[in-house]
Amino acid sequence: MNAAPKISGVVSAIVLPLINLVVALLLSGFVVWLIGEDPVAALGFLIEGAFGYEEAIGYTFYYATNFIFTGLAVSVAFHAGHFNIGGEGQAMLGGLGLTLAVFWLGDVSPLLAIIGAIVGAALFGAGWAYIPAVLQAKRGSHIVITTIMFNFIASALLAYLLVGPLQRPGGQMPESSDYPDGIALTKADELLELVGISFEQSPLNVSFLIALFAAFAVWFLLRRTRFGYEMRVVGQNAEAAKYAGISVPKVTVIALMLSGALAGMMGLNELLGEQLRLIGNFTLGYGFVGIAVAFMGRNHPFGIVLAAILFGAIYQGGAELGFEMSKITRDMSVVIQGLVILFAGAMPHLFKRPIDALSARFKTRGNV
Amino acid sequence: MKLSISKILAVFVSLIAYASAATAQDFKPVLLYDIGGKFDKSFNEAAYRGVERFNQETGIAFRDFEPNSETQYEQALKRFARRKADIIVAVGVGYSVAVRNAAQRFPDIKFTIIDGIVDLPNVQSITFKENEGSFLVGMIAGMTTKTGKVGFIGGMDIPLIRRFQAGYQQGVTFTNADVDFIENYVGTTPAAWNDPIKAAEMAKSQYARGVDVIFSAAGPSGLGVINAAKDDGKLAIGVDSNQNHVQPGSVLTSMLKRVDLAVYQAMQEARDGTWAPGHRILGLPEGGVDYALDEHNASLITDEMKARLDDARAKIIAGEIIVSDVAGSNAGH
Repeated sequence: MNAAPKISGVVSAIVLPLINLVVALLLSGFVVWLIGEDPVAALGFLIEGAFGYEEAIGYTFYYATNFIFTGLAVSVAFHAGHFNIGGEGQAMLGGLGLTLAVFWLGDVSPLLAIIGAIVGAALFGAGWAYIPAVLQAKRGSHIVITTIMFNFIASALLAYLLVGPLQRPGGQMPESSDYPDGIALTKADELLELVGISFEQSPLNVSFLIALFAAFAVWFLLRRTRFGYEMRVVGQNAEAAKYAGISVPKVTVIALMLSGALAGMMGLNELLGEQLRLIGNFTLGYGFVGIAVAFMGRNHPFGIVLAAILFGAIYQGGAELGFEMSKITRDMSVVIQGLVILFAGAMPHLFKRPIDALSARFKTRGNV
Repeated sequence: MKLSISKILAVFVSLIAYASAATAQDFKPVLLYDIGGKFDKSFNEAAYRGVERFNQETGIAFRDFEPNSETQYEQALKRFARRKADIIVAVGVGYSVAVRNAAQRFPDIKFTIIDGIVDLPNVQSITFKENEGSFLVGMIAGMTTKTGKVGFIGGMDIPLIRRFQAGYQQGVTFTNADVDFIENYVGTTPAAWNDPIKAAEMAKSQYARGVDVIFSAAGPSGLGVINAAKDDGKLAIGVDSNQNHVQPGSVLTSMLKRVDLAVYQAMQEARDGTWAPGHRILGLPEGGVDYALDEHNASLITDEMKARLDDARAKIIAGEIIVSDVAGSNAGH
């Protein structure tokens, strides 16, 4: 064997993230121990809180839905070679588009309003990504700078609208009026009851299915369409793509708009699924966590769904941990989430070399 | 691997079951703080003192929770409602819509909301006449200022905080009609409660323009104002909790809003069965608001000032002085 042995796809896709996760949990356990709580019991609360009963599972998948949308958004842009960190702002604008569509079409028909909301969320999200995309494609303004700046603009715009024209009458907080009665995405418990299964009430709603469909659509786009191929070529080597006759600016703009549309659809779950009104900062950093989700899922739609479920479990289990252990404050659960993101998302290849070496030794021995 | 995880899980489930059986008690009170955190030395900390007092007097354990964001209000309320809490006290006007939603969904659970009004048969709403307490600290500011300029720094610009300002301003002019008045608000979103740096900048700017007393109604952001007062050698007025001790000598007084009393009473009433839904207002007569006097500011409040304050307090209670209110500061949901 001359070339350095490469680890197999399965090992790198499953073993590496698992090792990262275990290390992150060990470190979190150490932090929990430092503040004087029992780390083993904490892990128990975390798992119990995330998967222990139906309501917990509902919450876990509810959070996962947000992460699927934002993770897919990051990955679509990444396949075209761009780093869209504006998921947060695009999600905010998506929520705005959704809300406007609901108020506009709410009196006409609930079904029309919900369809309008889905379209509105995607359109506004895509629209918010359009400007940075064009600036990148035509003027070379760096997408990282422009999208992050657009997050601030989106947040300010939403705050302006929610303490001004869109504020609920008599309200004091930055939130809109309630959506008209009956305009909401069907909840999982209602849906399962139709087929005779009883499930505890939870915020889980059909947008999870929409998210799964979006993951499939992204896979189909990337792997089975001509445009997806063009996107990947641009992402791998823009010069080669140009030489091959692909319009790089066009692909860049469309890819980033698709990314924005996916981020924008996060509001379907959070607003049309649960809150039923537009709230000032409903995005809560899900757009940023989407980056970690996309990386941990190795930019593959299927991997993103799995990573999103993991992050959903950490969010839900972490919240339950805060409820159960008084010493674990909200800052502590942020620390734990941060460690997981650091290891799983930001340093995915930390243990690649040792694992490489290990699997190489294993292989040689196997050959002998 | 799989076996061991399920084994661990089983151990924990039984551990949790054991733990909850061991601490099982008849009465389960829950306190939910607002964004800003439990130990904010102000609004939330006042609520914490209330539940602590309840805990010490009755020995009953309580659960509390600090939400990270507005979207967690409803999740926390519903979570504790589902677990059959006997009383859920939510402090903060931000909880209004969330309490309404949770109370509709769980009609058997008792909710108490402080600072908001929710008109439902299982919700008790407690609000304060902050304008009356602010009137008194306004008088103190008016009697203390040497430059003839006083300031106000509000947290989030909402009618509730405008009510602090209205009472304060009226109190200032009641004692000193020629005073100039400067006001600033930290922001328009809940993040404004948690920005002591921006609040300190605003305070420094007001002090630079000649203001020598600033009243801040801004939750944790107000700590920035108090620190700026210390740095510039001027005076600040604290809010909600007694903040005189934060920078002794730099805090003229504090406008006490007895959130602790409201929390304590709601839990006691729920425990002895006298809890009743509806709207209750705590003003000066009920001891719901007041100004703080202790060893840290004893040298700043003269006997003459005290006499005038006592006189004004009696007149407000008797209805001879009407402290103006702000429209929309008490809208129901």
